[in-house]
Amino acid sequence: MAAGKTGGLKRYHDLNGWLFIAPSVLLIAIFLVYPIFRSLYLSFFSGKGMMMKFAGFGNVVRLWNDPVFIQALINTVTFFVVQVPIMILLALMLASVLNNEKLKFIGFFRTAIFLPCVASLVAYSVLFKSMFSVDGVVNQALMTIGLIGSPIGWLTEPFWAKVLVILAITWRWTGYNMIFYLAALQNIDKSIYEAAKIDGVPAWARFVYITIPMLKPVILFTTIISTIGTIQLFDEVYNLTEGKGGPANSTITLSLYIYNLTFRFMPSFGYAATISYVIVIMVALLSFLQFYAARDRS
Amino acid sequence: MNTSRHFGTALQYAFLGLAAFLSIFPFFWMLVSASNTSIDIIGGKTSFGAAFRTNVVNFFTQVDVPLVFWNSTKVAVLATVLTIVVSSLAGYGFEMFKSKARERVYSLVLLTLMIPFGALMIPLFLMMAKTGLINTHIAIMLPTIASAFIIFYFRQSTKAFPTELRDAAKVDGLKEWQIFFYIYMPVMRSTYAAAFVIVFMTNWNNYLWPLIVLQSNETKTITLVVSSLASAYYPDYGVVMIGTILATLPTLFVFFVMQRQFVQGMLGSVK
Repeated sequence: MAAGKTGGLKRYHDLNGWLFIAPSVLLIAIFLVYPIFRSLYLSFFSGKGMMMKFAGFGNVVRLWNDPVFIQALINTVTFFVVQVPIMILLALMLASVLNNEKLKFIGFFRTAIFLPCVASLVAYSVLFKSMFSVDGVVNQALMTIGLIGSPIGWLTEPFWAKVLVILAITWRWTGYNMIFYLAALQNIDKSIYEAAKIDGVPAWARFVYITIPMLKPVILFTTIISTIGTIQLFDEVYNLTEGKGGPANSTITLSLYIYNLTFRFMPSFGYAATISYVIVIMVALLSFLQFYAARDRS
Repeated sequence: MNTSRHFGTALQYAFLGLAAFLSIFPFFWMLVSASNTSIDIIGGKTSFGAAFRTNVVNFFTQVDVPLVFWNSTKVAVLATVLTIVVSSLAGYGFEMFKSKARERVYSLVLLTLMIPFGALMIPLFLMMAKTGLINTHIAIMLPTIASAFIIFYFRQSTKAFPTELRDAAKVDGLKEWQIFFYIYMPVMRSTYAAAFVIVFMTNWNNYLWPLIVLQSNETKTITLVVSSLASAYYPDYGVVMIGTILATLPTLFVFFVMQRQFVQGMLGSVK
């Protein structure tokens, strides 16, 4: 290229390169890189408000003696361990059915199932809260079809509150994951399915032995981004439980606990920062898993 | 054989029908409930009622609707435009001016993708408090502008930008920034449209950071208003429903008008 021939032009080229990326890099440095180190620094301090003193690893010790933290950690892990596999399987099944070109109204079904992605997290949480009240529409429907005998306390019983959170996230994100699978399925040669059909392979076996192995990379990708998303769960639990993560902390997540420690009570910046690093470590582990899996592929 | 195939097809329709029903029902519920009283709503009434006008009037007396809507629109549109311009400059820069040093910077940029917001909120809050930006819309927008994800998206898309166009423009004597604004941007408009849809949705629905920063009624966005109406001790769900409709309408509108771009933008991350 002509630009590379003389030193002056090369320097001009290089300068332009830096100028184009400068605004982003500067903003990232100020609003992402600096704060993440500041959090780490803060995690070595204890105390309330601005009265902070150096505590070494005191906050880490405090973590293990804090029942609310343990509860928040267990809840967060429970949410992604239970919810992500259910959602991924559901999304895969929906995508493989929608990939059947012989069915009618495919466009309608696809749009309908994708629609929840458009709802804001706050709006749908509020809608779910009103639908799952004790005398609400969901309990009535379940009782009408005879699935339950008496109303379920979705918002008042610890177990059912967890179930509600899982149902809500599944409603919001299944269609989102489904779109990734639909896109990936379009790249699979249809003749593979035709050949399997002619050989008499039943539909469930085609799903298990063709669809899932072919989509493995996308499944891995969506599993990891969904897990990272669920680790950071906040909006839904905050709006379903008036910010309390109740009943009896049964739905409190790590992010909600950090928020409450910092902005609801007298702020414990140092301790909250320590908890935020638990999230950082969990997300980092998953990201490296994704990175190595992606590298193995290529 | 034939009956079992019919059975299979029926099963597939039943599965899709149930999924579609469950997906749409909460939207239907939102519309129905907007016309019902709070007692009817938590009592599970699924038919339209007569309280729509009362709910709207109550909502407009409790909330300064034009102001709240203006706040949301201003923050979402401004933040989105800034994000797209700044991030596309970087995506273009990384792809068009490759150098060893910049590739290293790019790896670091990608690494920030895995920083969870929970670990940023305390330092960011302290930063905004120190600079006196608490309760301002600038504080909401600043941390969202540089997005590693959108930079990545634009860099990937730039690979499809014909270099001949750039070379021709250079021969014509255009400067690098002119090439970007007068040639790259118009050529890549579908990439921009997709990025706009995704970033706009994210900004419009943004909740946790505004919840921390915006503390007065004059600065609050629609998501914050809906959330605070619904977390009252005895929420008036009829009024809340009007709020959720207003909060959802713009994103629904954008989705139906630009569905193709929406999906394209979403999938941009795996291509």
